[in-house]
Amino acid sequence: MVSAADGSSILPLTLRGVGYGVAGRVLLDAVDLEIGPEGRTLILGANGAGKSLLLRLCHGLLQPGAGSIRWSDGPTRAGDPRHAMVFQRPILLRRSARANILHALAMIGLPAAERRYRAEETLARFGLGALAERPARVLSGGEQQRLAMARAWSLRPQVLFLDEPTAALDPAGTRAVEEMIAAFAEGGTKIVMTTHDLAQARRLADEVVFLHQGRLAERTGAAEFFDMPASTPARSFLKGELPW
Amino acid sequence: MSESNPFVAAWLLIVSGDPTLAGIVALSLRVTLSALAIALVIGLPGGAFLAMSRFPGRGLLVIGCNALMGLPPVVAGLAIYLLLSRAGPLGPLGLLFTPSAMVMAQTVLILPIVLSLSRQVVEDLWSEYEEQLRSLGCSGARAIPTLLWDGRFSLVTAVLAGFGRASAEVGAVLIVGGNIAGHTRTITTAIALETAKGELALALGLGIILLGLTLVLNGGAYLMGQYARRSAGQPW
Repeated sequence: MVSAADGSSILPLTLRGVGYGVAGRVLLDAVDLEIGPEGRTLILGANGAGKSLLLRLCHGLLQPGAGSIRWSDGPTRAGDPRHAMVFQRPILLRRSARANILHALAMIGLPAAERRYRAEETLARFGLGALAERPARVLSGGEQQRLAMARAWSLRPQVLFLDEPTAALDPAGTRAVEEMIAAFAEGGTKIVMTTHDLAQARRLADEVVFLHQGRLAERTGAAEFFDMPASTPARSFLKGELPW
Repeated sequence: MSESNPFVAAWLLIVSGDPTLAGIVALSLRVTLSALAIALVIGLPGGAFLAMSRFPGRGLLVIGCNALMGLPPVVAGLAIYLLLSRAGPLGPLGLLFTPSAMVMAQTVLILPIVLSLSRQVVEDLWSEYEEQLRSLGCSGARAIPTLLWDGRFSLVTAVLAGFGRASAEVGAVLIVGGNIAGHTRTITTAIALETAKGELALALGLGIILLGLTLVLNGGAYLMGQYARRSAGQPW
């Protein structure tokens, strides 16, 4: 079971007037958003709308040029084990699958015995036991992403940021990762995820945050969003993507 | 030397376990490995730090390290000599013409190599790992052990390059060590001396041993790297 270490929730995450620019180009502008503990939040938008950027800002990997991003108990920062992130291309260390999980657990300061226990538990939980000794870098793309997800799971985060986690995977790999996302959600981890796969968004979303050209266009419940989006950009986005 | 063919004589010297020769080899190894150890302890984390940090003057430091890789050993020897000579700032330590002085000189020679090569290796690794490691709370000084371990196969090159330069150089240890028989005479300084004296057998014997050591070390590192790389699943 995933649960907060000390029981107190870091949610909601509050973004106020968040802006970010590079070399004079505004990539994200005046985003006001509050992400609460309920349901799975999917961030949608066209390429370049600022989805990945928003996740990185929320996770603390980047500092906003304007505005503030705060959890309930203070500003966000990377390396806070209460929120984890899985990237589109899994970044695994040049070690065994198990050692990758052990390394992450060492970074949050767990004692060695606890680390070993939790690593085994995690590998078993997601059916990765057979891969434990294999060098992480020669696993298949799907296995690598599952390992990256498992590594995040072992940290028991309250919030998991997922940046297009299945963009490079085949249907079977996608399904496996989606099952893992469900396992996180069942355990009480808040999911905040970007995707450009609309079918996936329909499967997973409880609410949708739609970005258009660096601005928050709308934020709606999933059923409502896919049925009748409120903003014009979201309507044309859905129309353009709907042929299948 | 009764044997007229210097190659045969050299070989006889080696297999007979000549104590003079053994002493010279032992001192050489002691000095070179000590210098290598010090350079690695400073240079590996130092290089990793240089790779990950951005501060004013970093560029100059990187250029300086790269340039010092080509530092002529005699110049390094001269600098340490001036430091350690009786009138120098470290003169009171009385280290001139001791093995310690030779270790210092060789450390100065190989530290830039270890620094530059490990900076290069870690810089590439850091650009790949940065987001993930920062996400895991593994940044700053905490990331250094992770990066050095994951760069271990490439870092072997830095170790070998350092060992090669230290074991092969003659100018620096000659100046600060003085080539005193039984005290500061290393393989390379002995070769220089014995050749000048016309004692080709000893010189050749030492040369063969030095070559052999280098070959064994490099071969061992290569095989170990191949094995470890395969078992760690390096895709390249």
